[in-house]
Amino acid sequence: MLKIDNMTMKFGGVVAANKFNANIEKGEIVGLIGPNGAGKTTIFNVVTGVYKPTEGDIIFSPNEEEQIITGLRPDEIAKLGICRTFQNIRLFKQLSVLDNVFIGNHLRIKSNVFSSILRLPTYRKEEKEMLEKSIYLLEKVDLKDEMDEKAYSLPYGKQRRLEIARALATEPKLLLLDEPAAGMNPQETRELMGFIKDIKEEFDLTIFLIEHHMEVVMGICDRILVLDHGTLIAEGDPEYVQNDQRVVEAYLGVE
Amino acid sequence: MRDKMRENKKMSSLVILVVTLVLLFILNKTLDDYKLRILNLCGIYVTLGLSMNLINGFTGLFSLGHAGFMAIGAYTVAILTMPIPMKEMNFFMKPMVPFLSNIEWPFLPALLMGGILAGLFGFLIGAPVLRLTDDYLAIATLGFAEIIRVVFTNTQSITNGALGLKGIPNTTNVWWSWGIALITILFMEFLMKGSYGKAFKAIREDEIAARSMGISLFKHKVMSFTFGSFLAGIGGGLLAGLLGTIDPNMFRIVLTFNILLIVVLGGLGSIKGTTISAIIVTIMMEALRFLDESINIGSLHIEGIPGMRMVIFSVILMVAVVVKKEGLLKES
Amino acid sequence: MDKLLQHLVNGVSLGSLYALIAIGYTMVYGILRLINFAHGDIFMLGAYIAFYGLMFTSIPWWLVFILTAVITGFLGILLEKLAYKPLREAPRITVLISAIGASFFLENLGIVVFGGRPKAFPIPDVFNKVIRFGGVSVGVITFVIPVVTIVLLIGLNYFIKKTKTGMAMRALSKDYEAASLMGIDINKIISITFFIGSFLAAVGGIMWGIRYPQLMPLMGMMPGLKCFIAAVVGGIGNITGAVLGGFILGLGEIMLVALLPGLTGYRDAFAFILLIVILLIKPTGLMGEKVTEKV
Repeated sequence: MLKIDNMTMKFGGVVAANKFNANIEKGEIVGLIGPNGAGKTTIFNVVTGVYKPTEGDIIFSPNEEEQIITGLRPDEIAKLGICRTFQNIRLFKQLSVLDNVFIGNHLRIKSNVFSSILRLPTYRKEEKEMLEKSIYLLEKVDLKDEMDEKAYSLPYGKQRRLEIARALATEPKLLLLDEPAAGMNPQETRELMGFIKDIKEEFDLTIFLIEHHMEVVMGICDRILVLDHGTLIAEGDPEYVQNDQRVVEAYLGVE
Repeated sequence: MRDKMRENKKMSSLVILVVTLVLLFILNKTLDDYKLRILNLCGIYVTLGLSMNLINGFTGLFSLGHAGFMAIGAYTVAILTMPIPMKEMNFFMKPMVPFLSNIEWPFLPALLMGGILAGLFGFLIGAPVLRLTDDYLAIATLGFAEIIRVVFTNTQSITNGALGLKGIPNTTNVWWSWGIALITILFMEFLMKGSYGKAFKAIREDEIAARSMGISLFKHKVMSFTFGSFLAGIGGGLLAGLLGTIDPNMFRIVLTFNILLIVVLGGLGSIKGTTISAIIVTIMMEALRFLDESINIGSLHIEGIPGMRMVIFSVILMVAVVVKKEGLLKES
Repeated sequence: MDKLLQHLVNGVSLGSLYALIAIGYTMVYGILRLINFAHGDIFMLGAYIAFYGLMFTSIPWWLVFILTAVITGFLGILLEKLAYKPLREAPRITVLISAIGASFFLENLGIVVFGGRPKAFPIPDVFNKVIRFGGVSVGVITFVIPVVTIVLLIGLNYFIKKTKTGMAMRALSKDYEAASLMGIDINKIISITFFIGSFLAAVGGIMWGIRYPQLMPLMGMMPGLKCFIAAVVGGIGNITGAVLGGFILGLGEIMLVALLPGLTGYRDAFAFILLIVILLIKPTGLMGEKVTEKV
């Protein structure tokens, strides 16, 4: 599904990711962990096209064909089927909850802007479908009752769920979740784990996630990548990674 | 429940439309020329205010190029509609290029052409400039407007240069100015209700998130900018048809400032707000004209102070900005 | 050849004026990330204050000029306190609108207070002499402008590099958040920044008045816009860049008119075309640093 091939990302003199390799298979849930500042979000930003890597390639293969997506714009990458959430939540704050998800549909629209202004039947049909899909997704994340509220008025946990719903509206094949459980209480975290597994099945997704809650990572990931100072230091199933000496050192800060 | 709300909204919109048309009919019959002119200006400023709000308020691009696009629309209408003998009288310094001196178009196609040329120009400059972020965009668009003005001042054989154009047929009446204002209101309502309009708002809210949701910033920004400049061109054309006289100095940054005032007072991103504020600001601008001019009340002579009117308006703008701070953005 | 030299001298002179005004834009932008649209109008105020000082007081001209620059400096501080300080946490677009509002306020206040008709600047006799060498003859002021500019630049450079306040100023423009956490008195530094910018603009305004002795309330608009462009061309936030941009613009304008007289009418468009070209080729300006957006 996604292959990161020998990718290096430098900002001036700072190396945020160093010769990073990863291979994510279709249908997997892969976790990316590491201490703060290890370069996890940088990797997400490179995959989604926010940054262009200094070296290396990103290869995306939603079906059989492989496609190099390095250097494409974020919106082009989203159209190919990679969507994300943000660590520090980036909703369209002043817009309604429903509009937030509705906008997620926009990239798949077929009608042009003039048929939207004239509200031609083809557009109205399309809009109705988009609306129905949005409401379905809101039901899915249990936000249907709040759909007319402004996004900023939602509590934190709900904002995170709304971000996931918005990402799902883009019909991704690969979903990147940047700390989905951040700021959630244990109850919410448990629900989130069930929810992630659930959407993975229903929408036939592959999921790549950054997370600090070990409970989440260990509980749902098929495979875990451990990053430290921009370098991949371990890779394997949860049990293997948990017992890896280097991982323990990286987290405890042993030199 | 949503459907019922929508039904109600539709009904009330229809009622407002009918009331407006009846009101216009009555006003058109009863008002004197001076007041009719103000009524016309109100309609034109509704169109202009909405066109700027589309770019600045709904899409969040800080553009200050409005006067330039208006100039394109105004000059197009003036040149295309002016009767041939009138052209000869205007161009006494340097004859007009033959290609333009022998044509005389009806108002509607000329007005549309004004809008199209302004839109085309918006499209052409939008493509490179819209990559810039807010303050750079503001200065670059302001720069383009100034360039347009300088070009119009210097292309004597097309625009008659600094002398300006006189005797443009006074076609704009209440039905033109308000008809187009109403169409613009509908256009904005439908645009912003639809998927593309929502994408514009998404860009305003958070460019990075919008981009990651697959919205092409470039395409949507250029689209919004082109629509906005088209409408600004139409507004400029109507203004030419109302005033009958135009010259390059009309299209200074002051003009853009007036429209910005309307948009800010009405609320960035509010169609209703812009409409109401366009009417109020236009009437106030005229009502406060006495500040600039001397008046005689009986034996009492009050000396006017030129510039006082604009001082008051800039103070209003500043107070509105400082008091409202975060609240400049109003969702309609 | 003589002609070319003459144009060169004129270009350097105009460029120095632009540079003086551009510094004010660049310093304010460096710290507040704000285009102080009203800066050109501060320049206008400087010219008018000097005008009234020369016309209606018997203070010697050099003292009038110094007092003018100081008074204008304080007006700059006042402007910041009224129009920008209340908006320090507000969205950028709000502050920009406020800046435009402030600019229009000052311009129209100028019309109300000073009158709309142009006023002739009373040039002190010293500046009326003409210097000749070879085939070139230029007014004294043409030489005075670059000299004054260079002296002020050396002073400014010393202030910014060597004094504590200057260092705080640089820290603030490098990293606003960090500097404010380090206990730098932000309000004081911002006031000083506005004072210096407005002081230099007033000096520019006075010399402009001597050079082009016709004062109008809207006289600050065009030079203001052009000097902002100079600051952007040089790389906004960078003082050396602003000076460089000012010279490029001044020389460019004079040379355009001198070499292509047919395009004289397009003189004012030159700056804007330069701006757009620079923004498209190197958006950070000639000496600006690249900023990476944070996600």
